[in-house]
Amino acid sequence: MKRVGKQMCLLFFSFTLTLVLGGCLGEKEEGKESSIVVGISQDLDSLDPHKSVAAGTKEVLFNMYEGLVKPDHLGNFIDAVAKSHTIKNGGKTYVFTLRQGVKFHNGEEVTAKDVKYSIERCAGITEGKTPLIAAFSNVKSVEIVDDTIIKIHLKQADIEFLAYLTVAIVPEGTNDFEKYPIGTGPFRYESRAPQEYITFKKFDDYWDKDNQAHLEEVTFKVVTNSSALVNGLKGGSIQMATRMTTNETAQLKNDPFTIYQGGSNLVQALYLNHAAKPFHDIRVRQALCYAVNRQEIVDLIADGKGTIVGSSMFPAFKKYYIQELANYYTEDIQKAKQLLKEAGYPNGFEMTITVPANYQKHIDAAQVLIEQLKRIGITAKIELIEWDAWLSDVYANRNYQSTVVGVDAAYLSARAMLERFTSDYSRNFINYWNPKYDKLYQKVRESTKEEEQIKLYKKMETMLTEDAANVYIQDMNSEVALHKDYAGYEFYPLYVQDMAKIYKVKQE
Amino acid sequence: MRQKQKNQLVIGMGIALFLFLLFLLSIFYTPFDPDMMNAKEKLVAPSFQHIFGTDQFGRDICSRVLKGLGTTFIIALSTVSIGAIVGVVLGAVTGYFGGWMDEICMRINDVIIAFPNILLVLIFISVLGVGQNNMILALSIVFIPSFSRMTRSEFLTHRDMDYVKSARLMGVSHFRILFVHILPNTVPTILSMLAIGFNNAILAEAGMSYLGLGVQPPTPSLGRMLAESQIYLATAPWIAIFPGMAIVLLALSFSMISEGLSKGGRS
Repeated sequence: MKRVGKQMCLLFFSFTLTLVLGGCLGEKEEGKESSIVVGISQDLDSLDPHKSVAAGTKEVLFNMYEGLVKPDHLGNFIDAVAKSHTIKNGGKTYVFTLRQGVKFHNGEEVTAKDVKYSIERCAGITEGKTPLIAAFSNVKSVEIVDDTIIKIHLKQADIEFLAYLTVAIVPEGTNDFEKYPIGTGPFRYESRAPQEYITFKKFDDYWDKDNQAHLEEVTFKVVTNSSALVNGLKGGSIQMATRMTTNETAQLKNDPFTIYQGGSNLVQALYLNHAAKPFHDIRVRQALCYAVNRQEIVDLIADGKGTIVGSSMFPAFKKYYIQELANYYTEDIQKAKQLLKEAGYPNGFEMTITVPANYQKHIDAAQVLIEQLKRIGITAKIELIEWDAWLSDVYANRNYQSTVVGVDAAYLSARAMLERFTSDYSRNFINYWNPKYDKLYQKVRESTKEEEQIKLYKKMETMLTEDAANVYIQDMNSEVALHKDYAGYEFYPLYVQDMAKIYKVKQE
Repeated sequence: MRQKQKNQLVIGMGIALFLFLLFLLSIFYTPFDPDMMNAKEKLVAPSFQHIFGTDQFGRDICSRVLKGLGTTFIIALSTVSIGAIVGVVLGAVTGYFGGWMDEICMRINDVIIAFPNILLVLIFISVLGVGQNNMILALSIVFIPSFSRMTRSEFLTHRDMDYVKSARLMGVSHFRILFVHILPNTVPTILSMLAIGFNNAILAEAGMSYLGLGVQPPTPSLGRMLAESQIYLATAPWIAIFPGMAIVLLALSFSMISEGLSKGGRS
């Protein structure tokens, strides 16, 4: 009898425990506190907004840092840390009036000194000698006029510089970004486990009371495997994922998800290292371009959803985009073979395509490319590497032959796409070298008229296509899966995820 | 009981032979080009044209399973042969001579065994780099200890037997005693070890390719096919089922062979 009583006791206890714990979960769902878990396909390379290079990092940090101005979803600049701005001397001086009461995540107000520090840090004036962001090498000085007015003097007039002033404003003297990143954005940093997740909490003192974040907590979870991502969404451990392929979202048909469709503002291409043989030869590069059937790639890896591009520019940058370039090279096996023959490779050659293993869509594209290149006798093989290894070996050290990857624009300007191919640019990872291209870019820098700049940028784009700098494929279709409990997703013309706009739908 | 073991051996051999013939066939003939993609026939369910269906690129799964079978066979074969040759020679020498060399070899063996196999392979691959050849090398190294241990214990018992002693008295060279006198007597043990090893190698290859560390795409490999089919499990299960079945059959056949061999040898 005694034993039975004991067992009953235990049973009763476990029941209550279940009820209590279950109750906790239920309350959290309905209560004020709301959170979301977003799946991202790679870890952040740095929490330092001025040093991080990966697009996947910037899309996350967008929620945390803000500049003097910030881009909105239509591609305009709205004032953020600054209240207003004027451009003087034909683009040689930028004057900003600071907004009063903008607070950092540590509670301190943003002062003119912080702004000066941040800009000078990017320009390499305060920290080190080389500018952290190349475009800032043009900054001559930052002048504090009074507590609220700041003037940025440039060495050379530059009417596009506003796009770069979206760069994060950080507190003066910050040195440990990896541990204590502080910005002014709608979310503040909470915690991070490398290779696992990064968590943000809502910043209650955000200056823009009308655009406060709706969610209390946002966690970006690193899921490097496409099937794990889909299973996570299905199983409920992840509520949102971006840049999914149609194959992936098709698996969510019967689950409660809203699928948003948009472009991903990336140029997916087979990027060729011009310093690696045989891609120094324009005929070989052109042969590759003629061998590839872009439409087939898009059909195979994305059910035909995706915009074929012909140069380093995507359609969301309407001003600069040239539609015609997409048809500059069309599949022509005969011509491709002829070009290879002229280049001295009548029987083709062997090449290696390095692909980051966490991007299924790039692996897929590489697989299709291999098949297409076979038609002109080129034997390509895939080498999968980790994302960190890709950043260091391929992007930084340029130790590769070719790679399939997507390149984004970090700033709302054609410059962000095209400057990287000037011969002395520090991140010209394809080793493109064309004095004419450099000259055109020089002209852009000297120009102070927007129409003229656009014309020159278009010339640069065309030059990249004519030179077959890379085998351009597409601006990938991006599908965003958002659980039906949430809404408010908006696409940007940049590679960012604005989590502040997402809110929880009231459940009846 | 003995009949049952015999049956196992026969069935196992039968399946293995059948799969081996399929592999030989795949060298000369597959229904379709296993790498040929077709945007119009993506994720087609099994039909008369594609008896195993097609995958997300419209590639014929039957052809890919056949080719994948070949990849797996070749990798398992090379892994087991390298592992067995090195392992048997090491085991024979150390078991026969003993002494300090034996101590050193066996302690190294212990160290290798102390690590979980998959972890050890991961370490080797992270040092050597991803790829088919590196995987073969890594797996072979991991397989050496099991072979050398078993062979060593066999040689240890045989070296004190009368026929070895008398051979030595007659002045037969060590080399001849090792490989002409003793080795044939250990063949039953080695054979069953080979079968187990083959079985393990097949599973290890599938596992490594599943993790993306073995065979690189687009080379068909059963493990890799399984990995890539994962997200289509709900909508196109045939992409996973057929490579999975091939792995099961392969592993099953060799485990049956080893079962049949080992028990038969003992009785």
